[in-house]
Amino acid sequence: MRGRLDRHLTPYLFVAPFFVLFAVFGAYPLLATLWMSLHDWHLINGDAGFIGLANYSELFADPDFWNALVNTLSLFVISTVPQLFIALGLAALLNTKLRGRTFWRAGVLVPNVVSVVAVALVFAQVFGRDFGIVNWLLGLVGLDPVDWPANVWSSHLAIAAIVTWRWTGYNALIYLAAMQAVPSDLYESARLDGASTWKAFWTVTVPMIRPTILFTTVVSTIGGLQLFAEPLLFESKGASTGTGGSDRQYQTITMYLYEKGFTLFDAGSAATIAWVLFLIVAVFALINFAVVRRTVASR
Amino acid sequence: MTTTAVTAVTRRRRRARPAGGRGKPLIYMLLAAVLASSIFPLYWTFVVASSDNSAIGEATPPLVPGGNLMENISRVFDSSEFALALMNSAIVATTVAVGNVFFSALAGFAFARLRFRGRNALLVTVVATMMVPTQLGIIPLYLLTTKLGWTGHLQALIVPALVSAFGVFWMRQAVDETVPNELVEAAMMDGCSLVRIFWHVALPGIRPAAAVLGLFTFMGAWNDFFWPLVVLNPENPTVQVALSVLASGYYTDYALMLTGALLGVLPVLAVFLLLARQIVGGIMAGAVKG
Repeated sequence: MRGRLDRHLTPYLFVAPFFVLFAVFGAYPLLATLWMSLHDWHLINGDAGFIGLANYSELFADPDFWNALVNTLSLFVISTVPQLFIALGLAALLNTKLRGRTFWRAGVLVPNVVSVVAVALVFAQVFGRDFGIVNWLLGLVGLDPVDWPANVWSSHLAIAAIVTWRWTGYNALIYLAAMQAVPSDLYESARLDGASTWKAFWTVTVPMIRPTILFTTVVSTIGGLQLFAEPLLFESKGASTGTGGSDRQYQTITMYLYEKGFTLFDAGSAATIAWVLFLIVAVFALINFAVVRRTVASR
Repeated sequence: MTTTAVTAVTRRRRRARPAGGRGKPLIYMLLAAVLASSIFPLYWTFVVASSDNSAIGEATPPLVPGGNLMENISRVFDSSEFALALMNSAIVATTVAVGNVFFSALAGFAFARLRFRGRNALLVTVVATMMVPTQLGIIPLYLLTTKLGWTGHLQALIVPALVSAFGVFWMRQAVDETVPNELVEAAMMDGCSLVRIFWHVALPGIRPAAAVLGLFTFMGAWNDFFWPLVVLNPENPTVQVALSVLASGYYTDYALMLTGALLGVLPVLAVFLLLARQIVGGIMAGAVKG
């Protein structure tokens, strides 16, 4: 009797911790976010009543929101697109016969194990206006120093450099793993057809690792649209408020969420931003899915 | 499992190498350039951390390490709760890693080897939750931890992270690859309880995979920033929160900031250098599965 109970009940007990924790700390907060976005809600004082879609219409009329959205998309594009292409090339390099394989693989992964906070602090110095090493290098070739955090384009370039630095090696290893699973007879027949290494890469390797490219694109999209720590810490002065520069020149949506919720205590508006961002992420993941599947298939 | 996964990968690799052989020095040169740019920011961190803050402001930045490292380190410990932060991060990262490995292994074992109603639907749910950006629920999550009285305390970081969808998925694969079904069946015939089967039959086989998962979880928890920043306060910080406090000073002290960054990075970097082979293998094995 005891044994039968064990057989039937224990499996559920084994999987229960995941579902309980996800329900309480994952699913409930997301659903509560939707609920809160329909209310006038102060972070400390609490619920001041149902207001329907007022938070949403307010948000869509808010120029700061559109600014944050444009910044997020700009940062996402200029950090993700080059990053994935470089990673693809790097994976192709790592997929050759190399001495010290683990050394090279571990080497390109180093940026990914360093905490994003430490990385942001280092790059804030590297891109500093007065003492930054980038401006020093520009000076060596006779160019004027750039006030990196002060302008839209320069702050975006610098932040994209941080993101690219952190994630290129990681994605390269993912691509490398996929490339190694490509059967070699495909390369042999490509070679017999007279294809160059370059052509074989585009006609054999890339189509064969399509599922992996899709996977990295979706993961980078989900992460990229929620970019937070790199821009938050890029300029130390604004670190505590989340405005992303004096003119909000690099405030992302997640930073705006943080500012609304934890600097201005407007939980209702912050929840609205979170829910809109959730929908944006979902739409982008689907678009990604469609686009990557089509373009890579047509190669 | 990692060993099998990795050897499987190596085996495939031998078959799969594309045409090449010419242009070898060029490949090494390109890789060396990538490696240099990967390492440079860390080297630069060390240079700044070992310099006098005024040296950083000179016309030519210091390109080699200086002799101020010890002084800067003691300044970091004096000007912030850095010792407490290091301890907090160690506690959180260790507890989360152990918890995630244990609970993920339990669930992974159940999904891979036990038969129960709704198993497949539940497994699909686990995988689906991996795609959900749960950090967007941060406002209600914050209110929930306030209600529980956890704000400012480490359990706010620990409890929600005690088991992850990725961990469950990872351990399910590990059990599937290394724990023979016949062995589990035989133990059941002998009347072993499922807890004992998990402990004595499944756990020994999945140790390598559990170690890799533990490493990833430890590094992830150590480096986590958004949630700790929201739920902790500067009086009881983790390393990442303490670093952001160091950075938010009115007067930008790069030597102080980057010494803190160096101290915060060293533990994870040390773990990484010791176990690089396993970590690289783990990422690549995960990629093949995913």
